[in-house]
Amino acid sequence: MRKTAAVLAGIAILSLSGMAFGAEIVMNGSTTVLPIAQAAAEKYMAANEGVKISVSGGGSGNGIKAIIDGTTHIANSSRFIKQDEVKAAVEKGTYPVPFAVAMDALLPIVHPDNPVKDLSIDQLQAIYSGKITSWKDVGGEDKPIAVVGRDTSSGTYETWQEIILKKERVSPRALIVASSGAMLTTVAKNKYAIGYDGIGYINDTVKPLMVNGKKGSAETALDGSYPIARFLYMFTKGWPTGEIMKFMNYMLGDEGQKVVASTGFVPLRILK
Amino acid sequence: MKDRLPGAIVKGISSAGILVMLFILYFLFREGLPVLRSVTLNELFGGDLWYPAENPPVLGMFPLIAATLAVTGLSCLLAVPFSLLIAVFVSETAPRPIRELLKPILELLGFFPSIVLGFIGMVVLAPWLQETFDMLSGLNLFNASLLLGILTVPVVSCLAEEALGAVPQDLRDASYALGATRWETTRKVVIPSALPGILSASLLGIMRAMGETMVVLMAAGGAAIIPLSVFDPVRPLTSTIAAEMGETPVGSPHYAALFFGGVILLVMTLTVNLLSAWVEKKGKMVR
Repeated sequence: MRKTAAVLAGIAILSLSGMAFGAEIVMNGSTTVLPIAQAAAEKYMAANEGVKISVSGGGSGNGIKAIIDGTTHIANSSRFIKQDEVKAAVEKGTYPVPFAVAMDALLPIVHPDNPVKDLSIDQLQAIYSGKITSWKDVGGEDKPIAVVGRDTSSGTYETWQEIILKKERVSPRALIVASSGAMLTTVAKNKYAIGYDGIGYINDTVKPLMVNGKKGSAETALDGSYPIARFLYMFTKGWPTGEIMKFMNYMLGDEGQKVVASTGFVPLRILK
Repeated sequence: MKDRLPGAIVKGISSAGILVMLFILYFLFREGLPVLRSVTLNELFGGDLWYPAENPPVLGMFPLIAATLAVTGLSCLLAVPFSLLIAVFVSETAPRPIRELLKPILELLGFFPSIVLGFIGMVVLAPWLQETFDMLSGLNLFNASLLLGILTVPVVSCLAEEALGAVPQDLRDASYALGATRWETTRKVVIPSALPGILSASLLGIMRAMGETMVVLMAAGGAAIIPLSVFDPVRPLTSTIAAEMGETPVGSPHYAALFFGGVILLVMTLTVNLLSAWVEKKGKMVR
């Protein structure tokens, strides 16, 4: 009995102290934005004592749903909010406000042994829609192409669909992987494969290709010359106030943008 | 009064459990059935194109269902004979110390985390298959089925071993008394009389393979096509749900379709489950 009372008292004190130092920010959403959010949250918490930020990734759709339902303060998203989602939000009386926090460039990747260096957008479209099936048609060896794509509801897929495939459908025979990490592993382990991944994920195990003769990098993404780039967003529930406003200011300021650069994504401007 | 209390507790907790299950069922149907507002049942089951993110979405689930059946079927083809041989060995022929060692090992293997197996399939098995047989990709139906087979072997062999162990010693003794050898006894007496148990063990293994998610997500390749060869990449229902649920807008036809996929999966496993219960019952009647 006394033990229970002590535990209850402890919980009461803890919850009171939680209230005293107040600020807790909950973030949820895209796994693409997750590394940025995680790193920014850690830096921000270290600089602002008493602020607690919990970050989880469940996908852009889940994040935006959480904003609509009011169960999160900030939703990370690798795509802009969709019409239906805005409608659902308005019906529930919330209004998600978008903030572009970073850019992501998607790079086509192949196995390091692959001699191909550069593909045009048209060639990529033909490969992904299944019209070109051999590497020799794009200047490589006489070998079949193993096309690797992302599952159709990921933000990365959507960007690829919009910029590369346009109205075409991705071939149903394409291999589909469920995450950016799985994409990297799959392409690194298969010498016939071609895939695509965000610039922050790419490492030496794969070879990034140039697109239309342009190398994908922070500079070419920002000046618009590299064609496969997109914005990454954080949505707040209504116009941000209080601690959430401070965090968004941090995210968009030099400090936050340095965090973006350190995670391998493209900050919104070139930092001095 | 004192006697009634334990009974009441058991009753309370078990009915709470049943209630939770019913609630899950209700939820599954409530979220899944609205898909029929955007496609007909015919399109859903017969359509062979899966482009759920398009507008309007194309929701043909036939390749997904075919893939689920193909992966399950092939994995059982690979795993069940193995499991039964292991079960017969452990139960009938292994010397006592070896049996004492093997049984717990089998039981422990049943808890092997599937994500580890999926990872092995992705990083070790797939590149090896691709290099050795010069395939387009090692992430395919065969790879996934092999791994699922490994996952089901301990389950099936454990249950089958129990079924064999439950055969009364009298039967064996009688067979020996008639001059039968150990092999004849096993083949003609023990296995037939344990057959219903063995069958239901196999069916439970099939159910395990059907519902497994992680392995197929990582090793099956994920292409939504009807497999024509065992080296085609496939996309079973479970991996589709796991891969797409996180990023789909809630309440959209795609979201409903994924829940409906869950309903289909539930019906499939339930059928196997009922089948196994029926086999078990039949067996009891024979005995």
